Amino acid sequence: MPEVRLSYDIDGDDFSSAGEASVAMKKALRQMGIEPETIRRCSVCMYEGEMNAVIHAGGGRAEVLVSPERIKITIEDDGPGIADVEAAMREGYSTAPPRVRELGFGAGMGLPNMKRCSDELDIETAAGRGTKITMIVRL
Amino acid sequence: MPDRQIFHSVKLDRDKCRGCTTCIKHCPTEAIRVRRGRAQIISERCIDCGICIRVCPHKAKKAECDPPERLGDYKHKVALPAPSLYAQFRNLDGADRVLAGLLRIGFDAVWEVSRGAELISEATRRALAEGSRPRPAISSACPAVVRLICIRFPALIPNVIDLIAPFEAAAIAARREAAEKTGLRPEEIGVFFITPCPAKVTAARNPLLLDRPVADGCLSMTEVYKRLLPVLKDIKDPPPLARSGAEGIGWARSGGETSALAPDRKLYVDGIENVISVLESVEDGSLSEVDFIELNACNQGCIGGCLTVENPYIARENLAGLLRGRKGSAAPAKPEPFAPASLRGAKKLEYEPIYEIVGDRAEAMEKYARIEELRKELPGLDCGSCGAPSCRALAEDIVLGKASEDDCIFRFREKMGGGAMANPDEFLPPPFRREEKE
Repeated sequence: MPEVRLSYDIDGDDFSSAGEASVAMKKALRQMGIEPETIRRCSVCMYEGEMNAVIHAGGGRAEVLVSPERIKITIEDDGPGIADVEAAMREGYSTAPPRVRELGFGAGMGLPNMKRCSDELDIETAAGRGTKITMIVRL
Repeated sequence: MPDRQIFHSVKLDRDKCRGCTTCIKHCPTEAIRVRRGRAQIISERCIDCGICIRVCPHKAKKAECDPPERLGDYKHKVALPAPSLYAQFRNLDGADRVLAGLLRIGFDAVWEVSRGAELISEATRRALAEGSRPRPAISSACPAVVRLICIRFPALIPNVIDLIAPFEAAAIAARREAAEKTGLRPEEIGVFFITPCPAKVTAARNPLLLDRPVADGCLSMTEVYKRLLPVLKDIKDPPPLARSGAEGIGWARSGGETSALAPDRKLYVDGIENVISVLESVEDGSLSEVDFIELNACNQGCIGGCLTVENPYIARENLAGLLRGRKGSAAPAKPEPFAPASLRGAKKLEYEPIYEIVGDRAEAMEKYARIEELRKELPGLDCGSCGAPSCRALAEDIVLGKASEDDCIFRFREKMGGGAMANPDEFLPPPFRREEKE
């Protein structure tokens, strides 16, 4: 059973670099012949994950596992963790600092968009120990 | 899989090409390789954006247009000047002078493409009001961008407004008007588009949204400019030939198409790298609050096309001078009796999966894994000596059987016993030496 693993560092210092892992992943998925709409869903998942890691955790790591049945995207950081996961899943709920919101980000759509674009979403988080978000998009 | 395009306006002049690696480095779709001392364009990847024409230090890339002698094939010749033509002249007192000039250099009539643009603006306003399309709606005006979307951003094909190009609307209307006025058969009428770029030449020959071509040929703006320049100053009091308003003429520059639309949330972007970056954002869902995006492959829009003469920034100023004090749209005031009944595309845009490694996914995944392995083994210098734009592209070519591992001079050197050499630095050019020579 072939399986392809893609790994990316999410640079927390550079706000504008969020989205780079998404661009690289899209290129790889295109080459592997994944359907355009599936690629689009994966790119939303990855982009939102990258943004969260940059805004809340000063960066992190992303991993993509592609198998013939599904694409599994994992985004992990060592940030403060999500205090209230249930609230974070609500549209418009945001804990982004004012400096981020002033830039037009942190609208509280990150996790809802990730949920909308994935078939399964799992959040492991602990205060002060970081967050690991796993998303599965079935092929 | 849809038919791949055979004709491309962008061509290589084999005699001028020195086999340097400038074009392969700049091509936004990685469509060029150097083989046997010459650049080779991979036809299905080329979007005719013209970047390689701009960057080639040896002028070995060219945009093929129709020769002006083709006008002789027709009894009645109509010029369709792109509005970017007016921007090539400094201190122009109005479009009338350029249009009168066209009548002096061999055309029997003119039909401004800016009039076609006003028809498209009106149709765009209606399409946006319908609201049935995913947001942001994307303009279909730049054919290089549309081709880019078809090969690289297929998920965004539904966002593209399926309207024909302004020059196509103008060509259809011009032929109908000429047929009625002259009594000639449509095929006796020659309709020639004066183009600022090769992408439009390719799109005129292989229409993106129409079943068959509607213009009889494309003339290079540079070529027409050369013929116009000597006659323009001799024209005393040009007759009022121009019919379009500022709205249509404004399409010549980036932002022109957008400014004709209601003040919704809209964006205009020019330059192919900027276009790619914005399309990535649209795909990521981070621009969903925008209603409309105008995208132009060339810097500053069509006035930056590689068949124009004037520097795009100066052209922009020339255009601003021309538009000062000009009325907005002429379209509602002057109905176009010869306009096509529908400006909607007759065929649909289709995904061209040219970056797919192979059709079978399991095999593609295996090959992708091999590409990744190879990429890590290659030096990562992206030196271009192998003829591919990057080590990554070479890895792809190797796995696809289009190149060999020995094409990398560094790998080849190692294989030939680099380890046994007393000082490997001796055999490397300065950028790759580990120590500076004494």
